[in-house]
Amino acid sequence: MAIKGYIRERFFPHIWCPGCGHGIVLNSLLRAIEKLGMSKNEIVVVSGIGCSSRISGYVDFHTLHTLHGRALAFATGVKMSRPELNLIVPMGDGDALAIGGNHFIHSARRNIDMTAIVMNNRIYGMTGGQYSPLSGYGTLATTAPYTNIDNSFDTVELATAAGASFVARSTTYHVQQLTKILKQAILHEGFSVVEVLSQCPTYFGRKNRKGTAADMMEYYKNNTTPVGSTAKKENPDLIERGVFVEKEMPEYCKEYDKIIERAMKGSV
Amino acid sequence: MLQNVRTSLSGSCHRNRNGIGFIMKNKNIKFVQGNEACVEGALYAGLNFFAGYPITPSTEIAELLSYRLPQKGGKFIQMEDEIASMGAIIGASLTGSKVMTATSGPGFSLMQEALGYAIMTEIPCVVVNVQRGGPSTGIPTHVSQGDVYQARWGTHGDHAIVTITASNHQDVFQTTVDAFNISETYRTPVILLYDEVVGHTRERLVLPEQGELPLVERLRTSVREGVNYHPYLPREDGRLPMSDFGGHHRYNVTGLFHDMWGFPSDNPQVVHDLIRHLVDKIRNNVNQIARFKEYYLKDAKCILISYGSSARSARHVVEYLRPRGEKLGLLELQTLWPFPHDIVNEKCVNAKHIVVVEMNMGQILREVKRAVERPDRVFMANRIDGVFITPKDIRDILRVIQGKGV
Repeated sequence: MAIKGYIRERFFPHIWCPGCGHGIVLNSLLRAIEKLGMSKNEIVVVSGIGCSSRISGYVDFHTLHTLHGRALAFATGVKMSRPELNLIVPMGDGDALAIGGNHFIHSARRNIDMTAIVMNNRIYGMTGGQYSPLSGYGTLATTAPYTNIDNSFDTVELATAAGASFVARSTTYHVQQLTKILKQAILHEGFSVVEVLSQCPTYFGRKNRKGTAADMMEYYKNNTTPVGSTAKKENPDLIERGVFVEKEMPEYCKEYDKIIERAMKGSV
Repeated sequence: MLQNVRTSLSGSCHRNRNGIGFIMKNKNIKFVQGNEACVEGALYAGLNFFAGYPITPSTEIAELLSYRLPQKGGKFIQMEDEIASMGAIIGASLTGSKVMTATSGPGFSLMQEALGYAIMTEIPCVVVNVQRGGPSTGIPTHVSQGDVYQARWGTHGDHAIVTITASNHQDVFQTTVDAFNISETYRTPVILLYDEVVGHTRERLVLPEQGELPLVERLRTSVREGVNYHPYLPREDGRLPMSDFGGHHRYNVTGLFHDMWGFPSDNPQVVHDLIRHLVDKIRNNVNQIARFKEYYLKDAKCILISYGSSARSARHVVEYLRPRGEKLGLLELQTLWPFPHDIVNEKCVNAKHIVVVEMNMGQILREVKRAVERPDRVFMANRIDGVFITPKDIRDILRVIQGKGV
């Protein structure tokens, strides 16, 4: 099916600003789904609140636009109830790791089969540019007029420590790699985390003098390196991208099926 | 527990494996906590997904369901908090499951945002709140009925809500079944507002046979695959046929005001129509949703109005004073929201005194005053110290009201 077939054209134009990276993530996600040849009826997209979460409305799957930070909790109910469905959960950085941080680590710990996409633009865009847990020390935001003194999470390290069985990072510049990673993440059985560095020229870019959307994407090009590369040793400030974790672990719904089997036999 | 049904056939009364209840011989009679009666009612109604988080005094509901649900192929999950529990049941309901969560005061506070989401998106679910004393952590192991208004107005924005309660275990079972039926009929969350005394008291429960109580199954759309399905276009009778997530029809669900496609809209007409629909579907059915019990109301000069565990003491007072010549009656409310104003007014029209018996600062008292023609005749008999209100407490207050001295 052509990419267009996955889109609800009725609901366009989208709300994203010119130059926003989220459209690239949407494009990449749909290409990954197309390459996997998945049926539209087997995909459920669950999102929270924020710019990123609007992605769910634009795609012709079963779509659930929920509460700020709670997408993974709703997704857990959908998945537990119908394990045969494929769950994709796009979230923003504040959505996933501030208000939704608890659900994020616990979903990772359970290793429930779904793909969590953290669209990291380092800012709360929809409310107009407040600092997020991924903005980083020294950045500027409307709520950090004297510079931000909050340290940021490293999404990859957090997800790994919490027990996610697939952890990856890419950027909107490296869109071919992103598509490949999303494909892997969807196929992976267990909790997959894909962090995507996605530019917000309107708020993060403007506040922090990062230039145009193209400049910000160029920054991703020049300041990231494939995971495990020698460049990282020479310049520790480079951000690694690629697949960090990919391991086989018991998946939550499969484990629960075993519980049902035991319960039905009457053996405790 | 199934094993115990078998072993109990030979004996008269056995303690079951969990030590949680007793099973009497031969019959479907159990000696259980109110929380277990709720579990039995939920399973009878077809519950197949439960998400929850431990909290006193509702925890037994989660414990029992973690044991019972997988036995029938259902799912239980203990989430990381009550917010997640509420999210999970809403997600599961969208795929076609009958869902429930159970909590108490602090957890109920955490659930309020998602409760509003279920109202807005019209997703059936049942939320049990076994009340304890509040505010805040309050008095976790003691009884209160202080969440009556939170059940009504806990989530933000204009909305309607259904809240029902019960005073004894047979009624807990019945109202739990009712909660699922109402939830499916009106596509709304239903709150079961029990309290610590009902939840933890042990008494007899007769389990009805399958088929004995009517069950409402979800109304699903008859729109065929390939034909446009409008998930949020109500039928003429106000009902919205659903399509399960994972089925033929793909649609959007959002907590934003939305049009018939489920897509966000700020069109004033759309916003107006949706909020009217959400409120009217409950408001127009107040009498269908109203459940109550009455004792000796016909010639009563003094009417006690009560609900939940406090109605047990109120009933005791009525049964005690009737043979002693007092024209006393009891109206036991089971549906608290939508409040049955007309029914209360009609029942109280000839009463000289109306005494609302509850364990809070007068939450249902306020509604009763709004309902009756002579609010000056409405009095309160309450306790707010975490101690169960006794028949003597009520009798003492009655003496004052009736001018018989302190």
